[in-house]
Amino acid sequence: MTRRAFYLPALVVLALLAAAPFFAASFTITLLNYIGIYALVALGVVILTGFGGLTSFGQAAFVGIAAYATAWLTTTQGASPWLGLIFGLALTVAVAAFLGAVTLRLGGHFLPLGTIAWGLSIFFLFGNLDALGRHNGISGMPPIFIGSISLEPTTAIYYLIWGVLAAATIVIANLLESREGRAIRSLRGGVVMVESLGISVFRIRLITFVIAAILAGFSGWLYAHMNRFVSPTPFDLRMGIQYLFMAILGGSGHILGAVVGAALITLLQNALQDVLPHFARNGEQLEVIVFAVIYVLALQFARGGVMPFALRFLPHRAWSSAIVPAAPLPRRTMPASGTPLLTVERLFKRFGGLEAVNQVGFAVNAGEIVGLIGPNGAGKSTVFNLITGVLPSDDGRIVFLGQDITRAGQRRIAEAGIARTFQHVKLRPSMSLIDNVLLGTYVRTRSGFIRGALRLDRAEEARARHEARRQLKRVGIDANPHDLAGNLPLGRQRILEVARALAADPALIILDEPAAGLSRPEKTVLADLLRSLRREGVTVLLVEHDVEFVMGLVDRIVVMDFGAKLVEGTPVAVRADPRVQEAYLGSVA
Amino acid sequence: MTPDIGLILGIDGVATGSIYVLVGLGLVLIFSVTRVVFVPFGDIVAFSALTLASMQLGRMPGTVYLIATLAVAACLVETVHQRRRGQPKRIVRGLVGYGALPLIPAAIAWLTAGMNLPTGAQIPLAIALVVPIGPLIERIALRPLADASVLLLLIVSVALTFGLSGLGLLFFGPEGFRTRPLTNEIFRFGSVIVTSQTILMVATAATFSLLLFLFFEHTLPGKALRATSVNRIGARIVGIRPGSTATLAFLLASLLGAVSGILIGPTTTLYYDSGFIIGLKAFVGAIIGGLASYPGTALGALFIGVLESFASFWNSALKEVVVFSVLIPVMLWRSLSLPQTDEEDVEVEE
Repeated sequence: MTRRAFYLPALVVLALLAAAPFFAASFTITLLNYIGIYALVALGVVILTGFGGLTSFGQAAFVGIAAYATAWLTTTQGASPWLGLIFGLALTVAVAAFLGAVTLRLGGHFLPLGTIAWGLSIFFLFGNLDALGRHNGISGMPPIFIGSISLEPTTAIYYLIWGVLAAATIVIANLLESREGRAIRSLRGGVVMVESLGISVFRIRLITFVIAAILAGFSGWLYAHMNRFVSPTPFDLRMGIQYLFMAILGGSGHILGAVVGAALITLLQNALQDVLPHFARNGEQLEVIVFAVIYVLALQFARGGVMPFALRFLPHRAWSSAIVPAAPLPRRTMPASGTPLLTVERLFKRFGGLEAVNQVGFAVNAGEIVGLIGPNGAGKSTVFNLITGVLPSDDGRIVFLGQDITRAGQRRIAEAGIARTFQHVKLRPSMSLIDNVLLGTYVRTRSGFIRGALRLDRAEEARARHEARRQLKRVGIDANPHDLAGNLPLGRQRILEVARALAADPALIILDEPAAGLSRPEKTVLADLLRSLRREGVTVLLVEHDVEFVMGLVDRIVVMDFGAKLVEGTPVAVRADPRVQEAYLGSVA
Repeated sequence: MTPDIGLILGIDGVATGSIYVLVGLGLVLIFSVTRVVFVPFGDIVAFSALTLASMQLGRMPGTVYLIATLAVAACLVETVHQRRRGQPKRIVRGLVGYGALPLIPAAIAWLTAGMNLPTGAQIPLAIALVVPIGPLIERIALRPLADASVLLLLIVSVALTFGLSGLGLLFFGPEGFRTRPLTNEIFRFGSVIVTSQTILMVATAATFSLLLFLFFEHTLPGKALRATSVNRIGARIVGIRPGSTATLAFLLASLLGAVSGILIGPTTTLYYDSGFIIGLKAFVGAIIGGLASYPGTALGALFIGVLESFASFWNSALKEVVVFSVLIPVMLWRSLSLPQTDEEDVEVEE
């Protein structure tokens, strides 16, 4: 299908939505207003859950805070709804930032459990505060005015609601295609890799949480001035849970999933309210059961929601495979060849009773390729994890470029100029090759959330993309840069990790078994690549089991056994050393 | 507040807290073995109290219909599953386990409805009626997702909370019940009054905690559960079936929940949806224990009980706000004391 075939249905839908107030019944418009208001909240859940891997059952509480804030300010203080919006958003952001700061360091299930408790608390708080009218709520808010136009009629506020929703969708879509947006998308599936790229997981999580809360805040403000009445019930936990399921049912992996899910659940609810009373005295009880069954079935059989099915009928986005010319990203000045780059002294790490790394020390000079070898369980990967800050060392000192990085933590070490790959490949399989490599450029680029959301980052983005394409080409997997990384065979995934590490323009690149799973020709290509890096002044430290591969490539070898350093020297000397032969083959005697 | 009032509130809090201990232990048991954060667990507590209340009123407990509904659904799921696996011979076993077995107490309750059994028979029958709820829900909704992430399991379990509260309203109706007191004695220690109900609650919680400990330490199934919670794959390799440990965990937890319901029934009026809040408060206790430690959970749950008691004296309308707000300092403390763990495998969509 052509691009036109893609845009045509979208234009028809937009035109229908724009013209709806002129032909649709007023009940339909009311329904559409609710769908828009819900979709805004669900959009927040989509970036939070679908992209950021965090879950909140408490978004309804953020809606409530903003709604109550503007209700209180406009009724008791007589302020304009626009002031109410600012007040409501400020309050929402403050609460979200506080809650996030407390809970977001705890991964996994603690945050969602916390949001359940917090969603309940807010509901009880709204219902018991005199200033907020207790369970009766607050009524009589003024309608919103734009200039002298009143948005009191349902058909008028309709345009504001869908306008806000459209703007929010575009801004979020921009954001997700930007530097920080990629960081959000990289959150799902383990934090070690993300931090190793110089990305602060906590900061990204916190801002994502706040963005979701801001969207909920807009929704609350619109709700309060559309209904001109607020009470605790629409902001209770049940509603909070429903927002999550709107996102999941619609498709949490896609921005439009929010609108689809909100529409689906609102319309279904509406239909059930017509049908169910024929089956039971009190239809409401059946309604929750029907929804529970739908939710459980959806989670069992269609976790991606409706969007993946819908997308099958739409053409795929056509990517141009040409490399767009752009100025290269600035490169670091590599340290002079032969100067000391990395010094490891008396490194010590204990796991319970096991001394995994015992008094290991070695030095790597700029422009060298150094191999770290040793039998399985010798502690090689642990040494790498200590150098890159994944694990804290118990004793010893690590100096990189004259800077003590022993306690620096992964992020600062990445910023200092060390990039790495992992023994067990850590990629984002559901992101494209180029996006995975672009993650590597994070430390070299600066555009923040706001620049990304408003597309002010395009110049830098073009340079980063150019760099990513260059690295993909360099490692030889640039044929289909927009394919998903998960579709690559394992050996190629390792190479993709190397490209990602190179995109960070490191002074030292640490490779944990880069040749594992590669075919012989691929190994040759990799060895050539590493040699060309050496010519550029990049230093390479690698763990590798393929002795032939190592011997033909490296300048020096450090041999480890049982957590301690055994020998250090040139490949020829190490190969001849009887202690090395003994460690690998058992005693010769 | 005088010291006397403080003491009364404290004792009251320990009594409520001991309910949270039982519920909290059940939650940790389920979570550590199956990784399911079982949000609807509190409903089992409420349903157990409501079941006993219906029996005392000479009515047929709505639990009979609830179990029948769940058993039919579980049998369907099991049959489809075994047919797909190409093992139709196992279907009979599934029908017995998920159909016939849970329906035995239901049938007894159905036959004896209105017969006004003595309390000594009603209580075990009520417990037996309620206990299958946990394993049946596990079979219907959770086992098909056994390999999903903790997050996904949590979302499912929240969806189940919806469903169970709907079923509760359908079968128990909207009115609240309070069961007859189990004991009526009052003890005086100086100026302090302790009711036998309080003593019963605390003693039962202590007994069941001890039994749970002995079960884990000294029986093979108990050790299998512990092994599974330490390392699921390892347990599987040595031949511990994940399905049967899950059933056992849910069964034991349901038992703890049912007993809690019997204990809490006479102290407060319970509605079909009261269990949710009880379960969540127990969760706060369990989170204090890191959702992993049984003694930590017990201490946390007692603390929540006492806190709630004092909070309701200060402002009964806002006591829930106080109890749930405790989570914030608790989580802050946890996030500063727990090491960061990697690979929390967050996968919601495909």
